[in-house]
Amino acid sequence: MQLPAIPRPLARVVGALPAFPASLAFSAAGNLAAWPALRGLDWGEVRGRRFCVHVRDLGLKLYFSVGRKGFVPEVASSADVTFTATTEDFVRLGLRLEDPDTLFFNRRLLIEGDTDLGLRVKNMLDGVEFEELTRRLPAGLGQVVTGLRQRAQMQA
Amino acid sequence: MPSEPLLELICPAGSLPALKAAVDHGADGVYLGFKDNTNARNFSGLNFDEAAIRQGVEYAHAKGRKVLLALNTYPQPGEVARWQRAVDRAADICMDAVILADPGLMAYAARTHPDLRLHLSVQGSATSYEAIEFYRERFGIQRAVLPRVLSLAQVEAVAANTEVELELFGFGGLCVMVEGRCLLSSYATGDSPNTCGVCSPAHAVRWQQTPKGMETRLNGVLIDRYADDEKAGYPTLCKGRFEVQGETYYALEEPTSLNTLEMLPEMARLGIAAIKIEGRQRSPAYVAQVTQVWRAAIDAVKRAPESFAVAPAWHGQLDKVSEGSMHTLGAYYRPWK
Repeated sequence: MQLPAIPRPLARVVGALPAFPASLAFSAAGNLAAWPALRGLDWGEVRGRRFCVHVRDLGLKLYFSVGRKGFVPEVASSADVTFTATTEDFVRLGLRLEDPDTLFFNRRLLIEGDTDLGLRVKNMLDGVEFEELTRRLPAGLGQVVTGLRQRAQMQA
Repeated sequence: MPSEPLLELICPAGSLPALKAAVDHGADGVYLGFKDNTNARNFSGLNFDEAAIRQGVEYAHAKGRKVLLALNTYPQPGEVARWQRAVDRAADICMDAVILADPGLMAYAARTHPDLRLHLSVQGSATSYEAIEFYRERFGIQRAVLPRVLSLAQVEAVAANTEVELELFGFGGLCVMVEGRCLLSSYATGDSPNTCGVCSPAHAVRWQQTPKGMETRLNGVLIDRYADDEKAGYPTLCKGRFEVQGETYYALEEPTSLNTLEMLPEMARLGIAAIKIEGRQRSPAYVAQVTQVWRAAIDAVKRAPESFAVAPAWHGQLDKVSEGSMHTLGAYYRPWK
């Protein structure tokens, strides 16, 4: 599945935005969409650690941690572990179309900081079944996500 | 009486979704491990807890597929009971076989659970039929996974002299190919596959993008630096680039993947029982892609071994997910003796 590239002017605008509101929005969206399917995971070793998702083509850095009730936006400009990739690759990872190691070999995914923490989260998320994730998404959204994935698989 | 297995496709699973991906895409068997150092992919967050393993076994068995448990590390002093309990759990969960490396654990399994099928792990490093026969006579092993150090002619000699089923690696990341005997990770980090279930443990790995490129450090030691257009490999000492007499290069080996698709007719002729796909650390997406290709290839070779030809698309799909920019037949193809 080819997603359109992010236009440079848009990337410049987004990249210039302050990080916290974006982190806030990201955490809120994550809590709404994904947390119901993720809350049952063993977050013990992960709680309180700071993550950064760096969307390279948007110049966007989202900071958050994981608390008892879900994702918590962080003001910090540093993180324990940072994942860097493009919007398209993050979407492909989210849709389970791409293997993170494959992206790493091809230099499309970078994990900086605490590798063990990054690997732990990656493996925990891999352990959640895609259908379980989509089943718990708000009505309508689950069908859209499933449809996107199926379309991409047929194109592959 | 069931017929002898031939080219069973054995695929890796680090999670329940990976197991389901393997089963759904045509694996005959799936191998997996518990969430501890009793297996050689002891990574944070990976592997199966009790609930997941029971679900996985149920899922695979309902579709007539096998589940094999890797208990292929060596029990550490003072902790032997953990490995023995793992064998007990395997028997309790109705695993189709356990994959063991340690003779002491084999003795325990054979004594305590005589009906539990035993496979000799690649970590056992048995490269001769004499070694394999020893394990059969003493512990009743029914299958041996051969280390990736033998040429196909040597595999043939082993196959001709043992009744133990043989399982060969077909695809996946390659290391320096001294399985069960490699100390490089231990040298650099203190942790090795045999003792801790990890090569290059993640706690010792650091990646960092710098103006000179992406740097990989293992326990603080720079082991590689990749320019922006270079593919990266796993952060293992064997695949690092080092300065040797003023020249910087892959002093031990270049990151490469094993891919033996073209040897399938020969493997069928030798009566190889199973083909193993490497990669329990990989995601369900990898498992699905690789299983699909190998299912198609094995079906093709079983249908018509004489006219078997590797479809270019298969190589394309496998190269896409491979470590390194090329694949190799490894030691299997070695015309010299």
